Amino acid sequence: MFTFILQLSLGIMAVSTLLYVIRVIKGPTVPDRVVALDAIGINLIAMTALVSILLKTTAFLDIILLLGILSFIGTIAFAKFLEKGEIIENDRNR
Amino acid sequence: MREHKTNDIIMQTVTKLVSFIILLFSFYLFLSGHNAPGGGFVGGLITSSAIVLLLLAFDLKTVQSILPVNFIYVAGAGLLIAIATGAGSFLFGAPFLSHTFGHFQLPLLGKTELATATLFDLGVYLVVVGVTMTIIQTIGEEE
Repeated sequence: MFTFILQLSLGIMAVSTLLYVIRVIKGPTVPDRVVALDAIGINLIAMTALVSILLKTTAFLDIILLLGILSFIGTIAFAKFLEKGEIIENDRNR
Repeated sequence: MREHKTNDIIMQTVTKLVSFIILLFSFYLFLSGHNAPGGGFVGGLITSSAIVLLLLAFDLKTVQSILPVNFIYVAGAGLLIAIATGAGSFLFGAPFLSHTFGHFQLPLLGKTELATATLFDLGVYLVVVGVTMTIIQTIGEEE
């Protein structure tokens, strides 16, 4: 029963990720796509947690934190590119 | 480039908090590589991602004043440490890159297993940080 619930939630996460992929493909503006990619990252974290419960291992718990950090930095980099046109500035107070 | 000045106080405040958490996580990954997933490579990547977060929130000049390090030398020091760890086994008449470990009584941690593979991992860590930061800074610098 517990395994079935886990598999069901994995299926729901997969469907949700698929809908986000549709938003990434169709999204009329670039910020739509960035937000959808960020949410896909969050979904990936949830799916990693579910799989690590299913496989009865703690080896994937580092990956959860890692994905959170990487998706945060990636989203910030893209947001800065959209806002300022360059990702790493040479001198901000010029 | 737009003309008006932007104020990223939320991003800078969050970065000041989060970069230390990321650095602590990278240190944990570096030390846990012996018995769990992790190690020098991914630890170095996460450390450089913390520095990249600083580069994103601030600018190249500020980060170079925070970390006055030439990252090419960091990569060189890492290579030197890795080679010295490998060559250190010659002192004990062992083949190149053979490592050893021992149990020691440390003052705060109690009985701890210390392996010389950690020193080699430190070399890998420094090389990864140096090379990644050199690439990113070189790309960011050009106008």
